[in-house]
Amino acid sequence: MAEFLAMGGYGGYVWPSYAVFFIVLAIDAFAPRVQRKRVLAELRGRLKRRQPRNEAAS
Amino acid sequence: MNSLTLWFHKIGSPRTFYRIAGAVAPWCYGAALALGAVGLYGGLVLAPTDYQQGDAYRIIFIHVPCAWMGLFAYIFMAANAFIALVWRIKLSEILSMASAPVGAAFTFITLVTGSLWGKPMWGTWWTWDARLTSELVLLFLYLGVIGLYHAIEDRRQAARAAGFLALIGIVNLPIVHFSVNWWNTLHQGSTVRLLGPSKIDAAMLWPLLTMALATHLYFFGSLLLRTRIGLLELDGGKDWARSIALGESHERAGARTHG
Amino acid sequence: MTPTRKRRLIVISLVLAAVAVAAGLTVLALQQNMTYLFSPSEVEIGRAPASARFRLGGIVLEKSVKRSNDSLRIDFIVTDRFKDMPVEYTGILPDLFREGQSIVATGAMHDGRFVATEVLAKHDETYMPKEVADAIAKAKAKARKGAEARD
Repeated sequence: MAEFLAMGGYGGYVWPSYAVFFIVLAIDAFAPRVQRKRVLAELRGRLKRRQPRNEAAS
Repeated sequence: MNSLTLWFHKIGSPRTFYRIAGAVAPWCYGAALALGAVGLYGGLVLAPTDYQQGDAYRIIFIHVPCAWMGLFAYIFMAANAFIALVWRIKLSEILSMASAPVGAAFTFITLVTGSLWGKPMWGTWWTWDARLTSELVLLFLYLGVIGLYHAIEDRRQAARAAGFLALIGIVNLPIVHFSVNWWNTLHQGSTVRLLGPSKIDAAMLWPLLTMALATHLYFFGSLLLRTRIGLLELDGGKDWARSIALGESHERAGARTHG
Repeated sequence: MTPTRKRRLIVISLVLAAVAVAAGLTVLALQQNMTYLFSPSEVEIGRAPASARFRLGGIVLEKSVKRSNDSLRIDFIVTDRFKDMPVEYTGILPDLFREGQSIVATGAMHDGRFVATEVLAKHDETYMPKEVADAIAKAKAKARKGAEARD
């Protein structure tokens, strides 16, 4: 196991590479989920503001 | 209108595409994770040590697939920008803009992992040779497209302006790809070739290709999720988008009373 | 296709073509200044700057590396198999530096010698396990011996 982690002496370069790969892609996968919540909340806010006006008209 | 265009119109309608994308995206992510696990096991454990570079070469299993994805995402973005500019198809505008952040992420990974590979092998983190410089220009093009898209208030005008920049930037793609043949560079030539034999042992090639497939699937998963958001934003005034927004709020209200 | 769409298609295609031509011309024009490195042959015929710094690229000639005993100073010959260039360098070398390896050295000419301030190793695009590399080397040596015997 220790030998595997050492990567023939290049562990200090190999593992950070893989870390960057996973961290950047994790951020990329997470971002749309946050964005979706924001967009839906915005949409609801817009609908709520419009509703009283519609009720007054009907 | 023939049946093919009819089918295309149906798929291309925001409501239908939203639903299909929502169903397909989890499968893309799932398959990407499964293939990625296989590819990484093959690359990090099963693949033999390189005769020249020792174990440092194992960075190839993420560096090269991400580099391919940086180029692939750009072609996808520019092709959709072209369709959007000529035929004004909303879905193409959104697909084009949705692929920019994913492509930028892959290009960023390519640059960082390349740097981490270059230090022990070449002896330097960075050098201004044609390949490295054009890859950096690719990242800046992505950032320019994303920046321009967010700088303009009107979503459709923003997509058109940013799409135009994406189209012009396509001249950089052959420069990235052929830089190692056209100029003397520190970066080596292409290892995996479509025409002619690849210059990599079969035991190292299959994990590399598996990772490439995994990153492609990841790209489409991420692309579809982002496209869904873009469609919601653009069609915010339409009934289908409203019912999705309200449906979620009902769910949450229900969870609150039950919980 | 409607006339508007056709017009858009033509305009965008023309803009793209113009940009492509402009980029192509720029690349051609830059070809001269885009020289990342000079080979020993190019240095010999005076293509490289005589006094300014430039990059020298080539292969470390086999059996030419001489290491100093009391310092990091190293002397070797860089060749492109046509012309040779003596190089001196003091400092840490990349792991891949060895005889027969391609390198890129940055420095300047000094009395007919290239004094390097940085030496980078260039590797090729081939990847294989050590056993395969050894087998290929053995097969090549055998073929060479066979050819010599025939001569």
